[in-house]
Amino acid sequence: MEKFTTLEGVAAPMPLVNIDTDMIIPKQFLKTIKRTGLGKNLFDEMRFDADGNEIEDFVLNMAAYRDAKILVAGDNFGCGSSREHAPWALADFGIRCVISTSFADIFFNNCFKNGILPIVLPQSEVDKLMDDAQRGANAVVTVDLESQTIKGPDGGTISFDVEPFRKHCLLNGLDDIGLTMQKAASIDAFEAQYETAAPWI
Amino acid sequence: MAKTLYDKIWDAHVVHEADDGTCLLYIDRHLVHEVTSPQAFEGLRMSGRTVRAPEKTIAVPDHNVPTTLDRANAATMTEDSRVQVDALDSNAKEFGIHYYPVSDVRQGIVHIVGPEQGWTLPGMTVVCGDSHTATHGAFGSLAHGIGTSEVEHVLATQTLIQKKSKNMKVEITGHLRPGVTAKDITMAVIGATGTAGGTGYVIEYCGTAIEDLSMEGRMTVCNMAIEGGARAGLIAPDEKTFAYCMGRPHAPKGAAWEAALAYWKTLSTDEGAHFDKVLTIAGEDIAPLVTWGTSPEDVLPITAVVPSPEDYTGGKVDAVRRSIAYMGLEAGQKLSDVTIDTVFIGSCTNGRIEDLREVAAIMKGKKVKDGLRAMVVPGSGLVRAQAEEEGIADILIEAGFEWRMAGCSMCLAMNPDQLKPEERCISTSNRNFEGRQGRGGRTHLASPAMAAAAAITGRLTDVRELD
Repeated sequence: MEKFTTLEGVAAPMPLVNIDTDMIIPKQFLKTIKRTGLGKNLFDEMRFDADGNEIEDFVLNMAAYRDAKILVAGDNFGCGSSREHAPWALADFGIRCVISTSFADIFFNNCFKNGILPIVLPQSEVDKLMDDAQRGANAVVTVDLESQTIKGPDGGTISFDVEPFRKHCLLNGLDDIGLTMQKAASIDAFEAQYETAAPWI
Repeated sequence: MAKTLYDKIWDAHVVHEADDGTCLLYIDRHLVHEVTSPQAFEGLRMSGRTVRAPEKTIAVPDHNVPTTLDRANAATMTEDSRVQVDALDSNAKEFGIHYYPVSDVRQGIVHIVGPEQGWTLPGMTVVCGDSHTATHGAFGSLAHGIGTSEVEHVLATQTLIQKKSKNMKVEITGHLRPGVTAKDITMAVIGATGTAGGTGYVIEYCGTAIEDLSMEGRMTVCNMAIEGGARAGLIAPDEKTFAYCMGRPHAPKGAAWEAALAYWKTLSTDEGAHFDKVLTIAGEDIAPLVTWGTSPEDVLPITAVVPSPEDYTGGKVDAVRRSIAYMGLEAGQKLSDVTIDTVFIGSCTNGRIEDLREVAAIMKGKKVKDGLRAMVVPGSGLVRAQAEEEGIADILIEAGFEWRMAGCSMCLAMNPDQLKPEERCISTSNRNFEGRQGRGGRTHLASPAMAAAAAITGRLTDVRELD
């Protein structure tokens, strides 16, 4: 997995609440057997009309936000389907950080497996970052995971929380499976006692 | 200390706990379908890993598969769908996991096949790369959706890295009134909590109205726990649960059954156990519901009118404005005046035998209104066969429904069953998101009974007012 240390880039505002994973990557793009190449279809039905032409007023089609690396989004971002294609599409487009007041559980987990940092902040701070993001190409934000801070375009700093284990994995680009494999003896022991205790499993 | 049902299942599956509370949780059943698994199997191959417990891993293609009778003909599937289904075929073979191919009568939606075959049993941990895995919670098993990276993790290690959620109790007291079903319960709960109200929680549904439900109804309730944001929904197992499980192909038999049963009977929340959040709804207060918007929380009784953005606060104001425009409705419009083009009966929410019985009871001797497209997609080949045996299929066909083969179908429209732009559908599925049933398509979620009522009249209809 790609490491996440610091990220400096334009933040795009998406104030809509309940942005679901069907919006992030519609189902017609789930028929892939690869993890890559989904960035071109990110937010497809919001970004392009039925003929494939760009919808002008969609935020990621505006000149200032075409290279956005951060999204500042409304409540409950990533709700709905468990499709990991959603974080794959975000990462492939170049978005490595999403900031909101809340995230849906499965999407939140999926982000950490793909080098994307989802940040939960109180409403007032999301509002401030949303205002900053609306300043377009001037809205360059710096996210520093080590110090758990976001620096806005006006130099102000906001702190955020992140679970220590997840932070450690992101900072070092660690693969969960490799880490769990190191606990193989614990799994073996669990299975051995389990086969006696619950043989019907 | 008094424990909740969730606490008990959790504690029985902890393989390792780190200082910060991050746990390695053992997984008893891993269900797999064709859309969220190819990258996981590819990951195993690239790192030279194998499936740790193939005997606990069950695969079935469901999302992409056509539901037309001629689907044995490969040409009914698009090239990219076929590639995914073929990938599942070959991965199942290569890694030696249980598999129900499209040609098998037991094939169907993964969340219907699991319980039907006795893979899902009380007290288990069940995961699948699909958010509606919550369905299996109806058996008192801890069941939830995971992403593809986690699918790979479970394949390789039979465990999942998890932090424990909080406990939430949702009690439905009393009894449901006629015309009100399990679907209305689960929609009422989402209407009350919002789509994020359950985030960070595992919900235990309880109360007399839940106890009254059949296993099919309980699966419908738990299925949509995810639409309220909860990691999982649970219902304590009881005699109905045990009776449902007994004799299923993969349920224990003989002495093993007795041992399992003794354990299953301990699976209920202890008196005095702590819940972090409690919601109580009187069963009598629940009316037949429909959604009007593009989020499952946009729920109202059929007797209501389309709301106005001004009825809301915060970010929901703009969301409601957008939803009403997308849905082609007007604030103040009576929901029962909204006319429909399509009726979809099926999905992991409402594609079980009881759902089809509910529809048949209403459709008997009635016709689908002229000009409507009405489709019944049984949740599995066995549900289809049983419905044919019970005479349900004849009633539905006679009424004017298309009688399809099993699959996810128009719930998410990954196969050819899709809405056209601005087509309006009453659907027994679980999501009314923009574009969910086809780009520009408009979805009203409702119970099978309400969908049947709408099929007769051609508009959203209060099932209690039918003759």
